[in-house]
Amino acid sequence: MSTRIPPGPGAVPMPSRRLFVQGIAAGGVVAGIAAAGIPQRALAAASAAPRLASAPAIISDTRVELAIGESLANFTGRTRPAITVNGSLPAPILRWREGQTVDLFVRNTLGQHPTSIHWHGILLPANMDGVPGLSFNGIGPGETYHYHFDLKQSGTYWYHSHSLFQEQAGLYGALIIDPAEPAPYRHDREHVIMLSDWTDMDPGALFRRMKKLAEHDNYYKRTLPDFLRDARRDGWSAALSDRGMWGRMRMTPSDISDINAHTYTYLMNGTAPAGNWTGLFRSGEKVLLRFINGASMTYFDVRIPGLKMTVVAADGQYIHPVSIDEFRIAPAETYDVLVEPTGQDAFTIFCQDMGRTGYAAGTLAVRHGLQAPIPARDPRPLLTMSDMGHDMGGGHGGHDMAAMKGMEGGCGANMGHGAHGGGETASKAPKHPASERNNPLVDMQSSATEPKLDDPGIGLRDNGRQVLTYGAMRSLFEDPDGREPGREVELHLTGHMEKFSWSFDGIPFASAEPLRLNYGERMRIVLVNDTMMQHPIHLHGVWSDLENAQGEFQVRKHTIDMPPGTRRTYRVRADALGRWAYHCHLLYHMEAGMMREVRIEE
Amino acid sequence: MSRSLLAPSLLTLGLLAALPAFAQSHAGHDMTAPSPPADATPAAAADVDHSKMDHSKMDHGAMDHSTMDHGAMDHAAMGHGTPAPTEPREPIPVPTDADRAAAFPPIAHGAMEHAPEINSLLLIDRLEHWDGKNGNGQAWEATGWIGGNINRLWLRTDGERSNGRTESSAVEVLYGRSVSPWWDVLVGVRQDFRPADSRTWAAVGIQGLAPYKFESSATLYMGSGGQVLAKAEVEYDVLLTNRLILQPLLEATVAAKDEPEYGIGRGLNKVEAGLRLRYEFNRRFAPYIGISHERSFGDSADYAGDHARDTRWVAGVRMWF
Repeated sequence: MSTRIPPGPGAVPMPSRRLFVQGIAAGGVVAGIAAAGIPQRALAAASAAPRLASAPAIISDTRVELAIGESLANFTGRTRPAITVNGSLPAPILRWREGQTVDLFVRNTLGQHPTSIHWHGILLPANMDGVPGLSFNGIGPGETYHYHFDLKQSGTYWYHSHSLFQEQAGLYGALIIDPAEPAPYRHDREHVIMLSDWTDMDPGALFRRMKKLAEHDNYYKRTLPDFLRDARRDGWSAALSDRGMWGRMRMTPSDISDINAHTYTYLMNGTAPAGNWTGLFRSGEKVLLRFINGASMTYFDVRIPGLKMTVVAADGQYIHPVSIDEFRIAPAETYDVLVEPTGQDAFTIFCQDMGRTGYAAGTLAVRHGLQAPIPARDPRPLLTMSDMGHDMGGGHGGHDMAAMKGMEGGCGANMGHGAHGGGETASKAPKHPASERNNPLVDMQSSATEPKLDDPGIGLRDNGRQVLTYGAMRSLFEDPDGREPGREVELHLTGHMEKFSWSFDGIPFASAEPLRLNYGERMRIVLVNDTMMQHPIHLHGVWSDLENAQGEFQVRKHTIDMPPGTRRTYRVRADALGRWAYHCHLLYHMEAGMMREVRIEE
Repeated sequence: MSRSLLAPSLLTLGLLAALPAFAQSHAGHDMTAPSPPADATPAAAADVDHSKMDHSKMDHGAMDHSTMDHGAMDHAAMGHGTPAPTEPREPIPVPTDADRAAAFPPIAHGAMEHAPEINSLLLIDRLEHWDGKNGNGQAWEATGWIGGNINRLWLRTDGERSNGRTESSAVEVLYGRSVSPWWDVLVGVRQDFRPADSRTWAAVGIQGLAPYKFESSATLYMGSGGQVLAKAEVEYDVLLTNRLILQPLLEATVAAKDEPEYGIGRGLNKVEAGLRLRYEFNRRFAPYIGISHERSFGDSADYAGDHARDTRWVAGVRMWF
């Protein structure tokens, strides 16, 4: 804890954009001040010798007390309140072994607000799942909740608050369960890489801002000079027809993410890029990196220039090893990656956001204090009509393709995808639910969707690197259930960009009925993305067994990423009684309505 | 792609005829009512029977699956060409009473906190000083809303001061309801405090984002003495860069009746065309400069005299909260 007095709030200049993206080197958490009993008013005046909190504590006791409280954090030059566990951001790394039973006493020291912890991806009884209003009543100020459950699985997971926007304020941490049996790979050393997004704003105010002006952070719209350039390059009619398509939809192709580095500073293990989080290795070692995306709203594209990565697990579950240069990690996903650094003393772990507005970065090095060059961000991608499932084939083909030329990188990439679309099932024109019709909260519907499992995704196609796709991942095990799904439920991801309203089938959570599953059944969920945004969909309580394009079991996950214009299917084995949350893991989408209750009943 | 039924042409004076049809097509469409729960169809009865039949006797709960090592099984040899099993490979555990209690604990009403359903915006679109051939003054136009995604209370105000005197000033309070993704129908009142004695109008209109992103609104005002005014406004943002934005604007008013005492002539009455160039230092604060041309027609022009045509330089600020 610090004893020095920091300058008053007025003394700190507004951080520059560069500072915002890179953060400050000495950033981190000013832990424990609130817990130490200093009154709130003193907090504002108190200062911080902001100390680098590079690694949260590792807790491997199975009987633990976790205190949720307010601490101060400084990632941009401004000291702001954060919500932490035991004073650390990220929260402590919990490290247990498969087969253990854990007892966690989670104490709320926040003073005013209720809180909660959800153990993301962990199979447990519903009353241990930590979703206020579904699993339990939440943890009131001053209260302690006793979580008690058996660890029936192994792998890389994480935990986070499920109360309003507390996750955005810092309440997230890694949860690692070592397997009872030896892992199917060997490694000499390992590091947890927890990625996240930090804002100096009050997260509730950020939500209200999204409701006022959802396009706030989109400073990448196409301008009049862009139009003139496209017209010169592609001809007036092509440029006009392209602008016309987007104009009729009232959308902009540069809408890659709702909130980007104009609001966020991206963190690796609670450290801004300028702070250079460092994980050590010895040359020739096999290093296991446990990537966790604990961000509220940010997709990261991760690579380590100079190193091949071998992905050995997704969402905690073993997969057949896949050798790649780069992977996209959606919020809430985890990937275990093996690297063998050699020949250099330092390698940069570079994690640019999907919209290419900023990055989280750290270093793998033989000793502290080293740094390899940080690569330039890739060019900003633009969405294409085909990205959004707007049919490129048939009679409209000529029209759309002419228009597509106006889009940077769009044409080639999408044509490429269409070319290997032959192996997948043909595009199906989706049947939209009646609740989407004439619905003011549905601003778009896709007209042709396919799984696109082999598509690296927007901004990652044809970039000269081997990029992980869902199609490349196969569980190391057979379908653990084996039954064919007895029935199918189709849900469409819907929304209105401008109103910042998000939903399933056009019905926001507040007015939606629970989705009921019968205990013991094997069923199939079909998701169709009717929006132009990408959504990581997480079903609590049970696994989401992603199917390939032929409808066969492919890979077991807890969070299924849904790019725009996709139709993806997965199997669910309803073997956990209770009321479970089912939602988009973009925090602000969930809070804006993209959530359902799934009720598994006998 | 769902597209609005409304073409921009509707923004012209066909409005009156169009409104009832518009409202009708959405009548009975209750947004708050969930769709028929197709999701909730129970599983085939056969499935349910299965689970009841076999599991109780088999006592899978007692089997030690952790030692079975499914991963090591040679699945290739198992002959998966055969139809998928009707029984799960990993048996479904038989729930105990303790399991049931843990699955459905009593939950207090309101245990789940929700993000605010009611939100708001106050946009001061124009707050400007103007300088014209007949003097100078100030003008403002602001819009605000408070409410949910569908139903909102709208506030609008506009007004003008000229050579130190308030020439016009009005406030509107309207209930607005989204009838399609891009269009709201509005009903409410307008109170004029100037130019003459204060006057109250009933107002009905539409507003929204027309295709090609034209910010549009059209409103009918029905005032005392049988006067009816129709006002339409269209704005567009031309991005020179992502911060330097040129905004053309067109506003036209049509009156049903001649009212010399208010300076209103029958027919097309006033047209205002503006061009404002703003710089968004940030999204919330953007100073601008521009030019605005105002012209009155017909009798209105006569009533306005020297003011029938005016070109003004403007400088102001756009803000929102």
